[in-house]
Amino acid sequence: MSVAKPLPHDAAKLHVTGAARYVDDIPVPAGTLSLAFGQAEIARGRITGMDLDAVRNAPGVVAVLTADDLPFANDVSPSVHDEPLLAAGEVFYLGQPVFCVVARSHLLARKAARLGRLTYEDLPAILSIDDALAADSRFEEGPRIYIKGDVDAALAGAEHVIEGTLELGGQEHFYLEGQAALALPQEGGDMVVHSSTQHPTEIQHKVAEALGMPMNAVRVEVRRMGGGFGGKESQGNALAVACAVAARLTGQPCKMRYDRDDDMMITGKRHDFRIDYRAGFDGDGRLAGVDFTQFCRCGWAQDLSLPVADRAMLHADNAYLLPAARITSHRLKTHTQSATAYRGFGGPQGMVGIERVMDHVAHALGRDPLDIRQVNFYADQGEGSAESQTTPYHMEVEDFVLNEMLAELKETSDYRKRRAAAATWNAANPVLKKGIALTPVKFGISFTLTHLNQAGALVHVYQDGSVHMNHGGTEMGQGLFQKVAQVAAARFGVDAGKVKITATDTGKVPNTSATAASSGSDLNGMAVQAACDEIRERMARFLADQHQAQVSDVRFQDGKVLVAGAEYSFAEAAAACYVGRVSLSATGFYKTPKVQWDRIKGEGRPFFYFAYGAAVTEVVLDTLTGENQILRCDILHDAGASLNPALDIGQIEGGFVQGAGWLTTEELVWDDKGRLRTHAPSTYKIPACSDRPVVFNVALYDGENREDTIYRSKAVGEPPFMLGISAFMALSDAVAACGDVYPSLDAPATPERLLAAINRVRP
Amino acid sequence: MTQTQTISLTINGEAVTATVPVRSNLVDFLRNDLGLTGSHVGCEHGVCGACTLEVDGAMIRGCLMLAVQADGATVTTVEGLADSPRGQALRDAFHRRNALQCGYCTPGMLASALEYVEAGRPADRAAIREHISGNYCRCTGYQAVVDAICDLIGQGAKA
Ligand code: FES
Ligand code: FES
Repeated sequence: MSVAKPLPHDAAKLHVTGAARYVDDIPVPAGTLSLAFGQAEIARGRITGMDLDAVRNAPGVVAVLTADDLPFANDVSPSVHDEPLLAAGEVFYLGQPVFCVVARSHLLARKAARLGRLTYEDLPAILSIDDALAADSRFEEGPRIYIKGDVDAALAGAEHVIEGTLELGGQEHFYLEGQAALALPQEGGDMVVHSSTQHPTEIQHKVAEALGMPMNAVRVEVRRMGGGFGGKESQGNALAVACAVAARLTGQPCKMRYDRDDDMMITGKRHDFRIDYRAGFDGDGRLAGVDFTQFCRCGWAQDLSLPVADRAMLHADNAYLLPAARITSHRLKTHTQSATAYRGFGGPQGMVGIERVMDHVAHALGRDPLDIRQVNFYADQGEGSAESQTTPYHMEVEDFVLNEMLAELKETSDYRKRRAAAATWNAANPVLKKGIALTPVKFGISFTLTHLNQAGALVHVYQDGSVHMNHGGTEMGQGLFQKVAQVAAARFGVDAGKVKITATDTGKVPNTSATAASSGSDLNGMAVQAACDEIRERMARFLADQHQAQVSDVRFQDGKVLVAGAEYSFAEAAAACYVGRVSLSATGFYKTPKVQWDRIKGEGRPFFYFAYGAAVTEVVLDTLTGENQILRCDILHDAGASLNPALDIGQIEGGFVQGAGWLTTEELVWDDKGRLRTHAPSTYKIPACSDRPVVFNVALYDGENREDTIYRSKAVGEPPFMLGISAFMALSDAVAACGDVYPSLDAPATPERLLAAINRVRP
Repeated sequence: MTQTQTISLTINGEAVTATVPVRSNLVDFLRNDLGLTGSHVGCEHGVCGACTLEVDGAMIRGCLMLAVQADGATVTTVEGLADSPRGQALRDAFHRRNALQCGYCTPGMLASALEYVEAGRPADRAAIREHISGNYCRCTGYQAVVDAICDLIGQGAKA
């Protein structure tokens, strides 16, 4: 069967020959125009003058658009209509699109966009978390608070109490392919849009609004993205809408791609956080209660910040039972890029908070942090009681497997021995210090906005037995298309190669959710399965009839259809069904069961299930320079019964490296005027090959999803990202070896921050 | 204002003559004028490596070289990789070992990998890591890329 096979990525052949097309590679009709935005040069102010004559007169410029030129909605927000495509009178962050140049080439458009003369009346800009708190600048009327038990009593009665603060930086997605869109005007005012987006339906919706047309007049197609990571969930709206509006106004096809600097200046990033914590515990490190306050810097527009901040709250427990907890979340509005979805969607930030607490408790008691982690774990599935399994949002954890996984990983990674060896090394070496840490991941799977947990698919079987598959999920490199094709092939008992994978298309499958929340295979796999089963059922009924057999006796396997002793190739069976006038096309639909919760109170079941993983990372740190290297990383990850182990392992390796990058080298710096100073790879450092672990062992946990998911697999897109937390904790461990004080390391742990922490710790 | 110049060069084995703006860089020329969109741009200032390609046997950044500088040169892009047996073998190794996810870095990565392999260097993971550190990949974590290169060198050793 095609499922569970380690098949390579479906487009691998195209990629290695250079034939795989991204949006900017699509051949365009002659006369296609290119767009570029003119951007705000201050963080906040009223626009008092806009002299665009030089822009209009620049070579190759065809048109220049301002907010006043937009015929219908001036909005690209995915949530509350608070994000104008072009600034309307006021600017809210440095880099905000103010006007749009339409020119004969990409370079001419960009050059002209620099010639605008804007004057402003400066208004005070709110940039930092402290600024926002002082001005009470926030989304929602006040903080959200989730409560379990009486945390004040728990802290008052606890044997020990620690408290601290943790700063967590944001993160640029740095998808290698920048944002891009292409709009092709059609007859009757219709529009076809190619967009590098994780959310074709959202693009369709925003383009339709901007053109004053119904959604059926807009068709959006996405074959692939050169990486997304959440950065193409809503951030592609502006380009697609601008292209569509310009195409409408000029009658010409229009395309736009952000140059890397523009991309980093304009688009949102991961939310940076500050987390305050107080934790009470006993002599064994068992927690009595934890009080978290999460400050989340959202930027100028709401975008997806509320569900991001919610998810941070929902992961404040990670893998640990908090008998009493209060989690307070402030969603702060600042005059900076609007922070957006990024792999983990707030979960990683929440998780680092509790992992810091574990580390801090262990330090206070002089124990191995792993002991503290284990003593606080939820119980494994089938072993706990309601008391031992209840999260701070009152959902019971039913599928916990980390106790068992840890037992395995501790052995395979030789954790205890290596920890002892690191201690010996540190005692003997004053300059180079080693650190080692094992951290777990428990990540909730489902969109927390419950209605998004639905998907559709469209499957055709042609009379020659070839299969055409389409669903609402988008391919950004994660291998979704191949995994779902494997499902389709398995349903028909044919080779995965017989299934044609086709571009995501709002004209084929409507009303889709973003490919996000790791849900791609779960949702679309099920929808495709439903469509295939519908067709299979019709074929089986027809063939059973022909042979006076039972429908249940018809078998689809090894490229054949077997019925009552007769054997057809799948192609023959399809041809027979066609001649027999059987419909060989079907749609499929799926909605996730069981999920229901109240996001205001923080009560209920936001997640269908949890995905688990654990990583042991060892680092060496030069305490004179702050330079460091990941020596070894061992990962055990739970992908359920994996649909494709090769693709899943690729996600895990890439996720770990990206997660470690977030917490170590990737630093976003804004100056006191609100200008992002790190807006290109020359100043913003993502992990290179030489930064990855020297020894890197990744294994899949041998288990299956206890919930009824597609072939009992588990989602794998986001969870491994948080395995990178072990690299950060290992660095903290290495710093701790320099003295007796707790390091309180902030992230990203750049050499500067590491040196500062070492200075705090040194006697 | 725009000055142009006529250049003649060999691209993937074919003679090409074209008139290009003197400020146009090589990768834009390949992508926009010749439709060779296999070479990608990720940063356009020489850091990410997505535009890496071969000019006269050396690996260069297509975003840092002007098209006019390639006058008279022999250029190989990802589209022409299959012309050499080693290029073909490298493609197969990347495919087999899943050394790509979104694939955007792949053409540049292949070019850098080929340089390493062509130089007859050993299947030494540390050396390979160092060699491809100028090519960013945001997806794979590089493990499979190094695997693929080692694989190919190992095969050569056996053959
Ligand atoms: S595009 Fe040339 S190095 Fe990034
Ligand atoms: S595979 Fe996506 S950047 Fe390398």
